[in-house]
Amino acid sequence: MTLETVWFAIIALFWLGYLFLEGFDFGVGMLLPVLGRSNTERRVMVNTIGPVWDGNEVWLIVAAGATFAAFPGWYASLFSGAYLPLLLILLALIGRGVAFEYRGKVDSERWRRTWDRVIMIGSWAPPLGVGLLLATTVLGLPLDPQGNRVGSAFEAVRWDTLLGALAVVGFSLVHGAAFLTLKTTGELRARARTLAMRILPIGLLPMLAFLILVQARQGALWTLLSLVVSVLAGVVAWLRLYADRDGQAFAALGVLIAASAVTFFGALYPNVLPSTGDPANSLTIAHAAASPYALKVITWVGAFGAPVVLIYQGWTYWVFRKRIGVQHIPAVHAP
Amino acid sequence: MDVLELARWQFGITTVYHFLMVPLTIGLSVLVAAMQTAWVRTGKSRHLKMTKFWGKLLLINFAMGVVTGIVQEFQFGMTWSAYSRFVGDVFGAPLAMEGLVAFFVESTFLGLWIFGWDRLPKKVHLACAWAFSLATVASAYFILAANSWMQHPVGVEFVNGKPTMNSIGAVLTNNTALAAIPHTLAGAFSVAAAFLVGVAGWHLWRKRTASDEHRDVWRSSLRLGGWVGVVAFAVLAITGDTQGKLMFEQQPMKMASAEALCHTEKPASFSILAIGDVANANCEDVKTFTVPALLSFLAHNDFSTEVKGVENLVGEYQAKYGTNYPNDPDLGPLAGKPIDYVPNLPVTYWGFRVMIGFGAISAGIGVLALWLTRRGRIPGNRWFPLLVLGGIATPFIGNSAGWIFTEMGRQPFVVAPNPTGVEGMWMFTAQAVSKLTAGEVLTSLIALTALYLVLGVVELYLMHKYIRGGVDAVMPPTPSSSKEDSDDDALSFAY
Repeated sequence: MTLETVWFAIIALFWLGYLFLEGFDFGVGMLLPVLGRSNTERRVMVNTIGPVWDGNEVWLIVAAGATFAAFPGWYASLFSGAYLPLLLILLALIGRGVAFEYRGKVDSERWRRTWDRVIMIGSWAPPLGVGLLLATTVLGLPLDPQGNRVGSAFEAVRWDTLLGALAVVGFSLVHGAAFLTLKTTGELRARARTLAMRILPIGLLPMLAFLILVQARQGALWTLLSLVVSVLAGVVAWLRLYADRDGQAFAALGVLIAASAVTFFGALYPNVLPSTGDPANSLTIAHAAASPYALKVITWVGAFGAPVVLIYQGWTYWVFRKRIGVQHIPAVHAP
Repeated sequence: MDVLELARWQFGITTVYHFLMVPLTIGLSVLVAAMQTAWVRTGKSRHLKMTKFWGKLLLINFAMGVVTGIVQEFQFGMTWSAYSRFVGDVFGAPLAMEGLVAFFVESTFLGLWIFGWDRLPKKVHLACAWAFSLATVASAYFILAANSWMQHPVGVEFVNGKPTMNSIGAVLTNNTALAAIPHTLAGAFSVAAAFLVGVAGWHLWRKRTASDEHRDVWRSSLRLGGWVGVVAFAVLAITGDTQGKLMFEQQPMKMASAEALCHTEKPASFSILAIGDVANANCEDVKTFTVPALLSFLAHNDFSTEVKGVENLVGEYQAKYGTNYPNDPDLGPLAGKPIDYVPNLPVTYWGFRVMIGFGAISAGIGVLALWLTRRGRIPGNRWFPLLVLGGIATPFIGNSAGWIFTEMGRQPFVVAPNPTGVEGMWMFTAQAVSKLTAGEVLTSLIALTALYLVLGVVELYLMHKYIRGGVDAVMPPTPSSSKEDSDDDALSFAY
């Protein structure tokens, strides 16, 4: 295997880590007004992801940074080509990150309600944008020979990329509900579990449709296999929720998103951004990659850096492993 | 406005804005970790209160630094895709390293630090504070290594017409970077120092006649800030001098522009202040107050050597890098037009002076505050709070001016040529911008600027609220002291 292929796989892995990790913290934010009936319940929800959401978000930043370093051509064409979806992601992530930090800093109902709204919008919009971006890189854009987008500012917004956007939104919603079932206690947990079971079949439908679309257009035999795994994992997730085994249900959703990522990137390979116009302009791994020396440098960094990241992020989840409920929330203390 | 101009405004606005948050985060995180270390070692409640109070302000500021940082990383691909394609082989590596080695540590250990009070063993919790704060320093290192490469490209060669990295060591130990890093870090510490002096000085003054149980917190904070500010200024001066000398070698046009030095002088005098239009092409009607021969010394450590002026350098640049832009339709209205090698002189001239001037004012205020609080004194003068609170702004202004000077002084290049490096390794800013519609960039420019403005107001409001609230606002009145670890105990910290 060439270093180019290795880095293609590593970037796929960063995307997978991002979808898996921030997927559930997006879901928690999306469900904030639905499941949180009192301010204390909403605080429980925010605190299930409080210590980890920032670390989760870095997976996106590193996915982008690694793409810049390993495939400058891919990074340049995709990021300029899908300018408006990226702007949507940025605006939403800015508001969301600030909202978590600022929500509890003033003791006022109006203040909290405002930031709750920012968290909600900031949690629905980015998976939409991320889904659009991911679908764009898998399904392609009209490109000229230099790799620049041909056509209007809205080339990345089509029915098929919107389906990809819905797929990520739906997955995040289900994943968030399953995560809340896993991390909370009492009445809130019971409500989260009921909701998770109810929305799972509908929430995962766009993902299924999008996987089938990708498979039908660009898939290979082995990506069909991963598609089947995704579907089975979805069924298992529902059954495990029904059996009240929330940890296993959450893990099954992890398998689902991993298998889906395999289908996306498997179907994309060896392209990194197909041209929907002239196929000769498609951006391939070989076109877009950095030099062998640059790849070697970041491989060394990644080989030492990535395992360390996994260890200390894993430790964070271990430190904050306890389920929390309304009884754990301290009184509001703000000037 | 065309895409190039819009993209430049966007980059300028978002970068300067981002760099209002970042220095405070870097400086304050290291100082808070030091305060917490003092608490763990001595057990004095004063140190705990300091850690909690300044830690809270750090968090309010950190959130803004992070979210505006994401924009920076995405922006290269979004608005500067031609640049990203051209330099990606070398520029992407330090950026990826920043994410993988520094930013992951920063955000993960910050979460552990915020929520880990009373949950982690004291020393482990302290280690989280250090991991976080040292990672902010490491972030600065990688980002400045990337930026310095744009100022002075090293460690590359051409392979098949593309710049290709051949030494990551050269990129990470670029002499431009090694001078810029301590300079920028010292700038960060002077921001944090002025913040400590301003906020603590105001609290000290406000409760000067009443008995104040937190007086020791404000005294210690003020004096810590004062000393850090003085040391930071010394480092700023020394490293600034080193940077200046490198710049005379590496980007002579930028230094000549910093001085608005029109004609070559031997020996060259240093201009302190100018009256009149420094951008005037022949410079004849600009009157400046000068120090004879000082510029020669700043440039070459020698009072008699020649320093080249803008007009002479233009000829040299034209000979080396061409007189006209390539006749490439991608360059739009600039295709085939003559290249203007002179940066915006009023910006570079005044940017340079504002940087030095406000840095010095900031240090001066620190010294004054130290003097007025010597041996247990508490200043009663009415102008004292105004002075120290106003002082908070000075290093911010100095930092921003410094960055604007160094980036705009590089124009018309986005990657400035290295006079001793590989032939042809440069890029004009006009060649770097993405093929976008002006509507796209205008949308993002308006949306980001508006959002930044709103959030800036919110941050200032929260900072103000928590600063006024003092120590009591960050420490709950009844600390959770139940030692039996029941499952229903409230969390010691929650959002």
